[in-house]
Amino acid sequence: MTTHPTSAAPRTETWQQRSPAVRLRRARLSYGPRTLWDGLDLDVDPGEFLAILGPNGSGKTSLLRVLLGLQPLSAGTVEIAGAPTHRGNSRIGYIPQQRALEATLTLRGNDLVGLGLDGHHWGIGLRQRSERRHRVQRALRAVGATGYAKTPLGLLSGGEQQRLRVAQALVGDPDVLLCDEPLLSLDISHQRRVSRLIAQQAAESQAAVLFVTHEINPVLPLVDRVLYLVDGRFRIGTPDEVMNSATLSELYGTDVEVARVGGRLVVAGTEFDSGHEHHVHEGEQA
Amino acid sequence: MNRLIEALSNMLDFGVTADLLGYPFVQQALLAAAALGLVSGVLTPLVVTRKMSFAVHGTAELAFTGAAAALLLGVSAEAGALAGAVVAALLLGLLGQRDTERDSVIGAVLSFGLGIGALLLWMNPERTANKFSLLVGQIVGVDSADVTLLTVCAALVLVAMAFLYRPLLFASVDPDVAAARGVPARILAPVFSLLVGIATALGVHVVGALLVMALMVTPGAAASRVTASPVTATVLSVIFAEAAVLGGIVLSLAPGVPVSAFVTVISFAIYLVCRAIGSARLRRFDSRAPAPAAA
Repeated sequence: MTTHPTSAAPRTETWQQRSPAVRLRRARLSYGPRTLWDGLDLDVDPGEFLAILGPNGSGKTSLLRVLLGLQPLSAGTVEIAGAPTHRGNSRIGYIPQQRALEATLTLRGNDLVGLGLDGHHWGIGLRQRSERRHRVQRALRAVGATGYAKTPLGLLSGGEQQRLRVAQALVGDPDVLLCDEPLLSLDISHQRRVSRLIAQQAAESQAAVLFVTHEINPVLPLVDRVLYLVDGRFRIGTPDEVMNSATLSELYGTDVEVARVGGRLVVAGTEFDSGHEHHVHEGEQA
Repeated sequence: MNRLIEALSNMLDFGVTADLLGYPFVQQALLAAAALGLVSGVLTPLVVTRKMSFAVHGTAELAFTGAAAALLLGVSAEAGALAGAVVAALLLGLLGQRDTERDSVIGAVLSFGLGIGALLLWMNPERTANKFSLLVGQIVGVDSADVTLLTVCAALVLVAMAFLYRPLLFASVDPDVAAARGVPARILAPVFSLLVGIATALGVHVVGALLVMALMVTPGAAASRVTASPVTATVLSVIFAEAAVLGGIVLSLAPGVPVSAFVTVISFAIYLVCRAIGSARLRRFDSRAPAPAAA
């Protein structure tokens, strides 16, 4: 079993004193006649790293929207740090996927992190400016981004931008860190560095990480548990419990082959990004 | 051609300019212009970030239509421009919520508004100078009632911006995370269009509908070339807009040419200088050593 070193505490329901960072009970999400998932029970503990996998359209991003309070559940309940979630929940930090930015965008790293702290507040925010600057500086130092905090954001590399995103998401000291494909469009070495930074920073602030990804390998050494969604079916467990031929074959309803090759998982038999078609193809090779 | 040379030589006649500055109507015009420069300077960085140049143009055309209707009805052109711009902002805000649609919605509304405006002007038996001024501006026509309306509107826009600034900036520069943090972008977008509409209507009276972009777009575009700080960009935009509009009026006094010519020339000159400085600045950043790749 692959466990992140800092979250080795036993995850027994009775032993718990703090409420879980995320709690879903009998959660259902439907759009009209189409049900994305139903009967979803999920507890994510502080400091835990949960990877959310599944083909496009399986409701991974919708789950994040539910947690963010932007999308109401069709049935069931959702709690963040022991309280029902709501729009603009300050207990949550959010890291989006990296996008290409224009060089003339009037925004620098320290502005980005500052907006993560209080950008959703009304007013100019002249009060508490020194406190704000102090927290922004600390967040920038924690991710090692002080050196380029004043460079125009559009001139930074994808890896540098995502590093600033980590600081932006964590500057408000959240209980939950939601990551929506933050490694997409990064090269492999930056994928590793950014995912390790996310895990390390979240562990230090005891934030739970929910990490939506279509590729588990860059985060495999960091993952405590996996939530795998396919066409309304889902499975929750350790990577070994979920990422095996029997479980994935059952989820996809077709033969899926999972092999471990040099510490990487190679999945053959499922087109990860094609949604509902499950034609057999060559799995992604290392 | 001779007329232009004569006008330019008059421009250097500072005695005439000084005399004219003593007149109350000129001072009123400068007051109105200063209010306009402040408002457009505050709004223009976000207009540029949100890629609203075309929306500003469309709004200005409808402000022109409103002013033309007001002239025909014999009421204040300023109030008419304001009504037209507000209608435009609401139309564009409601019809063009989706990014893919916005461009074509503006195009459709703009041409319709301009056509109606031309019809209204044709129906108007009044002398043509007043009509022409709606398109290219005629600051000396500003009376004290206009100045009051202008100042009140400007103050209103500034107060609203002070309240909305942070979430509006957040939603403009970082829409994904702003949405995740609960910033109501779908409400902020039409509200900002409305503020831009009001400012545009004020601009129609000073620089005219066709040239309002010289104040609502160019200063922000220039500032974004020389700084990446949102606050510095706003301060620079205000300075650029004031320089263009006040400088333009003062220079146009002696030769008596339309205000808009000088306003746009100054605004564009500032833009060119900022582009030149900006490309040198981007080269400097490009040559910066890659950040240490520590994990």
